[in-house]
Amino acid sequence: MHWIGVYAMGCMIFSGWEIYNASPSLPFMFPAWTGLGGWLGGALAWHLSAMWLLFADGIAYLVYGFASGHFRRDLKPPRPAEVVHDLAAALSGRLKHRIGHYNAVQRLLYAGVIVAIILQVLTGLSIWKPVQLGWLTGLFGGYPIARGIHLATMFCIVAFVLIHVAMVAIVPSTLKSMIVTVPEEIEENQ
Amino acid sequence: MSPQRIKPAVSTAEIKPELERLRRRGFLRSALSLGALTMLTGCDLSTHSGVDAALEAMLRFDDRVQAALFSRRHLAETYPASAITHPFRFNAYYAEWQVRPVPDNWVLNVSGLVSNRRPWTVPALMALPQQGQITRHICIEGWSQIGQWSGVPLHTFLRRVGADLSARYVYFKCFDGYFTSIDMASALQPQTILALDFEEKPLLPQWGAPLRLRIPTKLGFKSAKNLEAIEVTNKYPGGFWENQGYDWFAGV
Repeated sequence: MHWIGVYAMGCMIFSGWEIYNASPSLPFMFPAWTGLGGWLGGALAWHLSAMWLLFADGIAYLVYGFASGHFRRDLKPPRPAEVVHDLAAALSGRLKHRIGHYNAVQRLLYAGVIVAIILQVLTGLSIWKPVQLGWLTGLFGGYPIARGIHLATMFCIVAFVLIHVAMVAIVPSTLKSMIVTVPEEIEENQ
Repeated sequence: MSPQRIKPAVSTAEIKPELERLRRRGFLRSALSLGALTMLTGCDLSTHSGVDAALEAMLRFDDRVQAALFSRRHLAETYPASAITHPFRFNAYYAEWQVRPVPDNWVLNVSGLVSNRRPWTVPALMALPQQGQITRHICIEGWSQIGQWSGVPLHTFLRRVGADLSARYVYFKCFDGYFTSIDMASALQPQTILALDFEEKPLLPQWGAPLRLRIPTKLGFKSAKNLEAIEVTNKYPGGFWENQGYDWFAGV
């Protein structure tokens, strides 16, 4: 599920950059070679195709997360003090990574990116169908604002991906558990 | 002994729009960007034909979803006059200096599944019931602006010419070379109008004189300007951009 999501999200982000470049709302553009689709029409075809994959994968993940207790067990919202403590420990290199156990910073970021992706789907729907789903567009403050939120949330997701990939690069042993099942490490001294 | 210079029959500028179209036609074949390469490992990158076909199939699927989401009762939001965008942005498949003047003796031709094919003049259209709107024009590129149009509701016009309202498509042909088509359900939506006025004045050439479609429930490229003919048909008519890869329904 994670890797289908990576593919779908990759398609959405790279085609989204191409779409953004057609009419930049901020004074910058994404490098043309990063775009997916070749031109606006191609990028939209990718975007409006991959969205179904992302949607289906996301629904399946949410159902799994709630039904299996994964969210309840592993993504318990951390208290701010826990986050500060674990972040300080991580930055000073003292935080041990235990497979199958998320620290407070991880819980915050993982829960955060799930919320961001849901927000991204909702703002996406609101700018795809601002008349037929006008109530949703209205909820986000109208079409131009919803479009702005859609762009800002993309940056949040990209920032998460950069941090996430950097962390995996620092602790490469975690990659194995993302591909195959690895037995959970027993928590010690607790 | 100097070689004879032969003047080309056409200049580059004259065929530029055509070249642009040809370039875009293979829009997915040219999708060999980093994104495509990283996403498509394992696919045959030499033709992209399978990817093309898959994306086109997805767009057809999206069209069906959009038609299902469409309700004639969902009206586009309307705005006060103070919300109108100034200056209003010109947009077409060519630059503003290439705008065509209205041909002499302009009439609107009506054909296809209609009982009355009499051509329409501007005064005849002005004699029909008029309706105004201040709505948001949303471009497929993402930008949007609020404008004011008024004219004849398309449903009124289609009934007046005795159109078969169970036909599938309404096709619009323009004298600037543009063309597009919409589904009958959207054509009958009450805010779909044949606009004669923009900002309470008769349309200027750059805003689509003398008659344009204004359909706030679809993306901007569906609101065809400079109309010269309308056809009611069951045969899929496509469109200028749609034939190059924009999704046909293009509802908002």
